Amino acid sequence: MDGIHDMGGMHGFGKVEPEPNEPVFHAAWEGHCFALNRAMGYTGIWTIDQTRAGIEALPPDVYLSSSYYKKWALRLENLVVERGLADADEIKAGHALRPGKALKRKLSAADVPNSLTRGSFARPARAPARFAPGDRVRTKNIHPATHTRLPRYARGRTGVVEALRGCHVFPDTAALGKGEDPQWLYTVLFEGCELWGDSAEPTLKVSIEAFEPYLEPA
Amino acid sequence: MAHDHDDDRHEHGSELPEMQLRVRALETVLAEKGYIDPAAIDVIIEAYETKVGPHNGARVVAKAWSDPAFKRALLEDASKAVVALGLMNRIGDHLIAVENTPKLHNMIVCTLCSCYPWEVLGLPPVWYKAAPYRSRAVNDPRGVLADFGVKLPAETGIRVWDSTAETRFIVLPMRPSGTEGWSEEKLASLVTRDSMIGTGLPKNPKEVG
Repeated sequence: MDGIHDMGGMHGFGKVEPEPNEPVFHAAWEGHCFALNRAMGYTGIWTIDQTRAGIEALPPDVYLSSSYYKKWALRLENLVVERGLADADEIKAGHALRPGKALKRKLSAADVPNSLTRGSFARPARAPARFAPGDRVRTKNIHPATHTRLPRYARGRTGVVEALRGCHVFPDTAALGKGEDPQWLYTVLFEGCELWGDSAEPTLKVSIEAFEPYLEPA
Repeated sequence: MAHDHDDDRHEHGSELPEMQLRVRALETVLAEKGYIDPAAIDVIIEAYETKVGPHNGARVVAKAWSDPAFKRALLEDASKAVVALGLMNRIGDHLIAVENTPKLHNMIVCTLCSCYPWEVLGLPPVWYKAAPYRSRAVNDPRGVLADFGVKLPAETGIRVWDSTAETRFIVLPMRPSGTEGWSEEKLASLVTRDSMIGTGLPKNPKEVG
């Protein structure tokens, strides 16, 4: 999706403003919002790619004007309603008005320590990897209206495969709820001038993590 | 409801009371529907506020500075090496350590969202998730470093890693000179969060004595 979330290389956002001694959460609701997202993710009702697509689906003005955890809260409300887990009138009332659905699992306090670890996204390969480290590749000029992890600034660009990272769940398919569709994942390295032209910082190199369907031989 | 949201405060301005009420409403609905256990919510918050954080990454870096065999293992397969170190209960797959040298400075970003190595660095700071860093890291990394008060030699190459998949990156900064014979614990006190993202350098040894 060519959305506002795809920010690499955009101008006009100003300086980076580090906050000294920044707290983990700036308000108690941020911690609750974060933890609710984690606990609902644990139920298995949606995948990480579907949650990313949920953030990307926020209108651009809302995306830009909302704090990070506000985006997470809006996304969670939307997903809960879209999946029929609760209705908008219940969220508005702040109470369940109808019984809940049965979900696969529920996170207990005792299970939290083990749930903090990320799962593995590696999956058995269905075919040999098409590219090897050292190969020159070109990223495809694709513009899907749905979730993708190929950023705009790196589309239609030529780079070199630096590493093969294994075969992973393919976000573009998984975000659509169409299964994991595992694909080979590569680190692809670009010269700064390939991405930004003559104005590029001369010593700059940028890599992306690129799934095989994003790539063609160059 | 068992949770105390009363300490909500800080600079989110007028947005805050609305969000406090909104998140509380959502939590109540999800709990009453039977999807979440509020006790688990509290344990998650506590874990990320107290247990998971950049102190873990600092221990990994200090170990790599002290133990060449560990450093090799870390650069070969960081997930495996960090698990073997036994600092953390468990660690997810796909962690990759990238080494700074006098010729090369590494910087980590996620231009598309906020991907970050939570288990070794904790939750990302606001700036990491915000538009200025995500937009500029890939085309103006020296400008970004200047925002952090860091100036690298012009001949040092800059390599930016955009975290566009489930691989996660941690920078292995250069060990400061003047730290010969330091214990791992003392070395770890030099390792800042930003030095492991690539937007900062380790502290000057004189700062920690």
